Amino acid sequence: MPFLGSVIPTFDPVSPQARSILDLTWVTVAILAVILAIVCGAVIVILLRFRGKPGDADPPAVHGHTKLEITWTAIPFAIVTLLFVLSLRTMGQIHPAAAPNQAPDVIVVGHQWWWEVRYPASGVITANEIHLPVGKDALIRLESADVIHDFWVPQLGPKQDAVPGHPNFLWLQPTAPGIYDGACAEFCGNAHAWMRLRVIAETPETFAAWTAAQARPPASQHTEQILKGGAIFQEQACVNCHRVAGMSDTANAAPDLTYVATRQTIGAGVMENSPENLARWLENPQAIKPQCNMPDFNLSEEEVAALVTFLWSLPNPTPPQGSLDHE
Amino acid sequence: MSDAVAGSLPVVEDEVEEGPLSWVASVDHKRIGLMYIYLALVFLVIGGLEALLMRLQLAGPNMALLTPKQFNQIFTMHGTTMIFLVVMPVVTGLANYLVPLMIGARDVAFPRLNAFGFWMLFFGGILLYYSFCVEGGAPDAGWFSYTPLAEQPYSSMRGVDFWALGLLAMGVGSVAAALNLIVTIFTLRAPGMGLLMVPMFVWMFLITAFLIIFALPALNAALVMLLVDRYLNANFFTVQGAPLLWQHYFWAFGHPEVYILVLPAFGIISEVLPVFSRKPIFGYMFLAGSTLAIGFLSYGVWVHHMFAVGLGMTPLLAFQASTMVIAVPTGIKIWNWLATMWGGRLRLTTAMLFAITFIVQFTLGGLSGITLAVVPIDWQVTDTYYVVAHFHYVALGGILFALMAGAYYWFPKMSGRMLDERLGRWNFWLLVIGFNMTFLVQHFLGLMGMPRRVYTYPNLPGFAALNGISTLGAFVMGIAVLVFVWNVLKSVRQGAQAGDNPWSAWTLEWATTSPPPEHNFERVPPVRSRRPIWDLENPDRADWKDAHAG
Repeated sequence: MPFLGSVIPTFDPVSPQARSILDLTWVTVAILAVILAIVCGAVIVILLRFRGKPGDADPPAVHGHTKLEITWTAIPFAIVTLLFVLSLRTMGQIHPAAAPNQAPDVIVVGHQWWWEVRYPASGVITANEIHLPVGKDALIRLESADVIHDFWVPQLGPKQDAVPGHPNFLWLQPTAPGIYDGACAEFCGNAHAWMRLRVIAETPETFAAWTAAQARPPASQHTEQILKGGAIFQEQACVNCHRVAGMSDTANAAPDLTYVATRQTIGAGVMENSPENLARWLENPQAIKPQCNMPDFNLSEEEVAALVTFLWSLPNPTPPQGSLDHE
Repeated sequence: MSDAVAGSLPVVEDEVEEGPLSWVASVDHKRIGLMYIYLALVFLVIGGLEALLMRLQLAGPNMALLTPKQFNQIFTMHGTTMIFLVVMPVVTGLANYLVPLMIGARDVAFPRLNAFGFWMLFFGGILLYYSFCVEGGAPDAGWFSYTPLAEQPYSSMRGVDFWALGLLAMGVGSVAAALNLIVTIFTLRAPGMGLLMVPMFVWMFLITAFLIIFALPALNAALVMLLVDRYLNANFFTVQGAPLLWQHYFWAFGHPEVYILVLPAFGIISEVLPVFSRKPIFGYMFLAGSTLAIGFLSYGVWVHHMFAVGLGMTPLLAFQASTMVIAVPTGIKIWNWLATMWGGRLRLTTAMLFAITFIVQFTLGGLSGITLAVVPIDWQVTDTYYVVAHFHYVALGGILFALMAGAYYWFPKMSGRMLDERLGRWNFWLLVIGFNMTFLVQHFLGLMGMPRRVYTYPNLPGFAALNGISTLGAFVMGIAVLVFVWNVLKSVRQGAQAGDNPWSAWTLEWATTSPPPEHNFERVPPVRSRRPIWDLENPDRADWKDAHAG
């Protein structure tokens, strides 16, 4: 279905999980379409054949027909039994055990209104964009920091709620490199619409390089503008909510910003990431993502520019020479 | 009062009081029924305007007509209004008006309890809408107020409290009305009318009433627990407690509630189709029995609203099985209705057009429901616009179309005048076109990745076009509702005189005048079968002489 797939992501699966759901969907839809066709056909025949005219005598009274009624009870029952068995097979293929006996590859934590993404093995922490290697069946552990959220990337398969105090698990196995859009699917308050997420599936080599770059502590930079931005980041209390490795390691009330410059979007998908858009965001986040948790700090143009320079300088290609808080 | 009856029988004069106080103080089941229906009509307009506001905000990507909080308040109020202040009242109103007439009774068993039920609903509705006047405004946690979102830390304003207290008041009223209905049907049937001889409409309402008295307490208990949580930190449903417990309570009420809303629609269809096909209902016992089965099964399917919350395989399989099983007694009704029409002499009145279209649209809603019962498909499309499309095909394409059929069918009985058939055609076609435009495309929006309850959406391929079509359709539906209201207002004054039995129908409500006198009947015809008027008019072909009529 190349055309359908280009517009309808669920018809263009890129994981075995999403593929098996789609296969099951086609079988189910085919069976149900026959039923719909029979009902519609019967209505059309009735409208054509049994229209009365004024003055017609009433037709003979028919009160029922037991054999017919038993037949049309038994057939639907057989159909749903078939669907049950087909569904059972698919569920077995894609549903992880309640608490799989292995460490998760990624821990995804839903927050109002963004996603915290942690890789326990490498220690990498990021937000809203999940990098995964192609071909590997990744075990995702879903948690929530506040209310119930729902993790959903249509092309990769089933959605799953992120429930506070009740971790859930999900297998994600992208089979082709690409960017796969997703979103929070459970209503979670004001900015639910802008709690989008992305899975970025990469070749194992690219993924390894990304992991290594993200795991590296940020380099120090000594231009005046960067230092000024760093100072504002501290003074304006950004550090209370946002994590920057080496600066505010434990903060997690808002998205990690360590390597925000390497991300594709800002504000959990509300706009494309660029220095200009980051500046617009900092000028007044409430105008970009209304009623999100970040207040308008009334930053001056100068402060915004310094903060953007600071945040944009963090993914520094030069080798680390000690982390920022040592300066 | 019609001349025929007036001429042959001694006239019993009612002291009919007029003026507003006579309505407020009334314990007459017909007046209370009409008050329920008027109230529902007012709230239909309010809930409809809320829907139009939502569709305006969603007409294009990244629009800012409403703030996120306003949008959330409006979809919360839309859902709550349509379920508790439109469909529940209108079906309760129909039951109130029609059930005593259909069973040949003078009134309901407990007239004062009846008035109490209505006024609980009335004030519950006012309490809910008063929330717009307080600081923080209307509730915004959705019509199912999932916890912990609806708990203090995340909903600190008063909206959720008004929601919970309003529903509690309405819930008490509903239970009162249901109890009254059960006792009325059990004890006040005309002589000769066995329990399996009542019109299918009455049978459907009997099952509905039982569903109400066993399902509403789960909601009422949960609402009290939520309030105790919010004010006394009981931690029933907080993060420290069990957030998912709320969902179990809510849907243990919420799924039977779906049948509370849809069984009355089945009842209406089961009256309208036979009369305009000129044949008795096909397979009365099957319809009655399958409805009883739905009544029991409906308490065992609630977890299908929770397939994505993270349950083990065992509950998933059990509730997938029960959900599929309940589809059978629901689905076979379609065949019974088709068989009722088959071989008939169809009269395509507006009521009949709505009833036939109900069959097609409800089938589509039911079939998309089966796709949602298949757990892996549900994992993909739950909480998306696919689900929004599904339940609107049931609630609007199904229930509202049945209610429209009922309106055109019984308006003559209630008002003494016919609704205008020409306006009726406009009403019908606008509603069919508007409804399908609005909701057919939403199936695809869901498959394309649009979650429900989003106040806006990014400009992804196809999103703007399909949402635009959906919004346009919603306004066509708005016009259809206006045509209906206009038809009612016009016909109630200028409509053709209905007479006692304009449709040549067969059940007892047509054996009295239109509208009926306060005491309902001068004389109840003898009841020896399910179609007493047929028996009276066709003594040679009477149903009770037909061995197959049982």
